[in-house]
Amino acid sequence: MKLNELTIADLRRLLDNREITPREILDDTYTRIDAVEDKVKAYITLTKEAAWAMAEAAQQAIVENRASLLTGIPVAVKDNLCTKGILTTCASKILPNFIPPYESTVTQRMLDQGYLLAGKTNMDEFAMGSSTENSGSHTTRNPWDLGRVPGGSSGGSAAAVAADECIAALGSDTGGSIRQPAALCGVVGLKPTYGRVSRYGLVAYASSLDQIGPITKNVTDAALLMNVIAGHDPKDSTSAPLEVPDFAAALGRDIRGMRIGIPKEYFIEGMDRDVEDAVRAAIKKLESLGAEAVEVSLPHTEYAVATYYILATSEASSNLARYDGVKYGFRAAGKDLLEMYMNTRAQGFGAEVKRRIMLGTYALSAGYYDAYYKKGQQARTLIKQDFDKAFTTADVIVTPTTPSAAFRIGEKTADPLQMYLSDIFTISVNLAGIPALSLPCGFTGSGLPVGLQVIGKHFDEAALFTVAYAYEQSTEWHLRRPAL
Amino acid sequence: MSNDINNTQSSPAAAPPVWGNGKYEAVIGLEVHAQMLTETKIFCGCPTKFGAEPNTQTCPVDIGLPGVLPVLNRKAVEYAVKTGLAMNCTVARCSRFARKNYFYPDLPKGYQVSQYELPICEHGSVEIVVDGAVKRVGITRIHMEEDAGKNIHEGGGPYSFVDLNRAGVPLMEIVSEPDIRSPREAAEYMKKLRAILRYLGVCDGNMEQGSLRCDANVSIRPVGQKEFGTRTELKNINSFRFVEKAIEYEIRRQVKLVEEGGRVVQETRLWDPAAGITQSMRSKEEAHDYRYFPEPDLVPIVVDQEWIDRIEATLPELPDAKRERFVSAYGLPEYDADLLTAERPVAEWYEAAVAAGGQPKAVSNWMMGELMRLLNEENHPIEESPLTPDRLAGMLRLIDNGTISGKIAKTVFEAMYRSGKDAEAVVKEQGLVQISDESAIERAIDDILAKHTAEVGRYKAGEEKLIGFFVGQVMKAMKGKANPQMLNDLLRKKLAAW
Ligand SMILES: [Zn+2]
Repeated sequence: MKLNELTIADLRRLLDNREITPREILDDTYTRIDAVEDKVKAYITLTKEAAWAMAEAAQQAIVENRASLLTGIPVAVKDNLCTKGILTTCASKILPNFIPPYESTVTQRMLDQGYLLAGKTNMDEFAMGSSTENSGSHTTRNPWDLGRVPGGSSGGSAAAVAADECIAALGSDTGGSIRQPAALCGVVGLKPTYGRVSRYGLVAYASSLDQIGPITKNVTDAALLMNVIAGHDPKDSTSAPLEVPDFAAALGRDIRGMRIGIPKEYFIEGMDRDVEDAVRAAIKKLESLGAEAVEVSLPHTEYAVATYYILATSEASSNLARYDGVKYGFRAAGKDLLEMYMNTRAQGFGAEVKRRIMLGTYALSAGYYDAYYKKGQQARTLIKQDFDKAFTTADVIVTPTTPSAAFRIGEKTADPLQMYLSDIFTISVNLAGIPALSLPCGFTGSGLPVGLQVIGKHFDEAALFTVAYAYEQSTEWHLRRPAL
Repeated sequence: MSNDINNTQSSPAAAPPVWGNGKYEAVIGLEVHAQMLTETKIFCGCPTKFGAEPNTQTCPVDIGLPGVLPVLNRKAVEYAVKTGLAMNCTVARCSRFARKNYFYPDLPKGYQVSQYELPICEHGSVEIVVDGAVKRVGITRIHMEEDAGKNIHEGGGPYSFVDLNRAGVPLMEIVSEPDIRSPREAAEYMKKLRAILRYLGVCDGNMEQGSLRCDANVSIRPVGQKEFGTRTELKNINSFRFVEKAIEYEIRRQVKLVEEGGRVVQETRLWDPAAGITQSMRSKEEAHDYRYFPEPDLVPIVVDQEWIDRIEATLPELPDAKRERFVSAYGLPEYDADLLTAERPVAEWYEAAVAAGGQPKAVSNWMMGELMRLLNEENHPIEESPLTPDRLAGMLRLIDNGTISGKIAKTVFEAMYRSGKDAEAVVKEQGLVQISDESAIERAIDDILAKHTAEVGRYKAGEEKLIGFFVGQVMKAMKGKANPQMLNDLLRKKLAAW
């Protein structure tokens, strides 16, 4: 077995026992990347040189008994996280040459532990999309079927983990952008509680919804990675000044007596048969482990997608205003200032980003604010209250992560609304600010992975790890690898 | 106090409260931007010092690089709350920031972080005095915001430079109710705000450097009409004089326009100090839709009662209270009290001199006269006065005990100011001790009267004002050192006996 196929936990043991070195892990990782990256195209930027230097330092730390959890472990980072001195593009033509003079808080925390940056992964431009087809760079492929999408917007990170092109990865999730690609690629993805992980250094899409989280090969690694990146950051006012529990301690806890909420609104008409079967079987499995399934209701679910596209695009229209050609990034010529602005943004942004900027600009404009943005905020409150109420009877809520398995490249690009609906089960969680985890729970008849979403109360990621770990230990879905 | 309608003390210089032969009344509201005296910017740790090399006081946060986030400076909140309390405002327990979206090269993020729906302070007032009448001007709101950068158009090339040193500098915007009725009131209101801000130490009030600037909303309406007329906004006025002049020009322009059958259009106008006119900048119709919405990168600002109490405890005595106390405690005329309390350091200097034993009115006279003259000559703020309050008190003691005359005191005062020495040392060094030796004065009087027998004759014939002439002559002969009281008494005695 190659070292790149192992998990953080496995590699840690081997490194600490001096059985392997960081260089050997990196060697296997880059050998794999060299072999499959032409097909998968998970990365925008490979950072080999930096990674080798980091491996050197990691080895030194191990020799000196200064190793921490991530010392010597190659992790891929979504290209909307700022990495000091390393190109950060957000997969946008408007940011072709931005080299941040600062490090994001999450990657700094990983640096402090001696991680190896494998590379910056592909994504939908500015994290807007559900298939990674909106990347200004290229389209990433699903390792399980190269004719299909890996999901999005963290498609590059999910594909890289699924294809063993790294040990773990970071993604960002605004409406499902970690969980949906994790489900489509057959890996584990967690969207933490809003405020649990610092957003400092994450290029903003929709500030009130964005959250950074891990994409890993199993539940244990997700908990371990969360132990590194979670926690209050004085540089992010929205990060919660809360003590972070040891998430690894939540693994292996008994789930007997836990109440698993099943929202009736989530098992909808038009859901893929294979997906529904896999999720229902997973619920049965949880019951067999001693959990109690209870029906809950999330009555405002039907408004979630509309609410999300009002609020997220409103914030996006403002967050993306800074890309104007004046200070950095791409600048187009123009006969005067206004024309320069317009040409820069017309040529620099892709179609989906422009669509969302226009949507958000419209929703915020005078005369429409009350009808759209304000209504959106009110709907958001109702959606939050739905969850609060559901969590009075359930400890966690379980749903499918996506209504169908990975779709074909190009299948939904002509119909944005169809594309937006692929996030229908994940979006409410971002609006409510609560945590949710997706993990593999089966395969479709055509061999595509299916994801199970476990949703928790505010700051109760531990419950998600407990339930997901119990399920994972009693099944073998997470052990299957794509044949590449 | 009488209000302005019944005011009989109106000086002829005051601008009239009505215009166009008494047909129109002006309605004025001011939006004053004050730069807060924090050491660092409102959302990052960059310094706020004025005059640094362009773009040397910037960081990824205030220049809006991708991925960075604002962190609110607590000091700015404290200053805004302090100002609100001093202006009788209600402090919001929970307020928040919003984004004001527009594109401009000096606005790095494409939006300005400001307060919109929920400002930190609301519903206050300040009092002004115009022509002896007290008037209350309502404060609608005080909110915090970040400043933008500055575009520099120089070099003549087909490009401009952008300096982002000011980007993120904390500002307070103090918005008045449309309570102001004349250019004079506007200027007095501005002066009062400046005085309060400087007393509080939250703004240096430096209008030349732009730490205090003002936009004025001006409209006119027929006297007696309740509805407001269409207003124009005068942007970026940066002196008290210009506040008065720009508003007066604008009122006259609007009156003339309406009188000639025209219509005032809502627009932004710029005051051109060189030409003494306001000029249209852009019409409001094509103005921006700012698309305000709550700033999602910052949590709401929560100010609890305990914090308010702590800030309230640091409030100094404000100019109005101080002025009243100067009148009641020191028996000063209103005029003196007004001048002495306009600036906090001046008031403190005054009180220190009185505390050191100076007689209140005498201290006031010397400060408003000689001290201000000397300070102004060298453009020194009173904090840098080489003459200290206790030295002034020391000099006044020498006058009281007859060591020096009031006249010599002027020389002593200036010498003290120049040398930084105390009065006794100056008197000793320059031999300025007053002559109270009766026989010496008598000799000098005899001398002068003998030389001016003709004038003595006229005096005896009833031309009494010649007494001043004799006093002057004797003083001159004695190099000004004669004890004036003694000289007077002896002179009258001699003349009576002549
Ligand atoms: Zn800064």
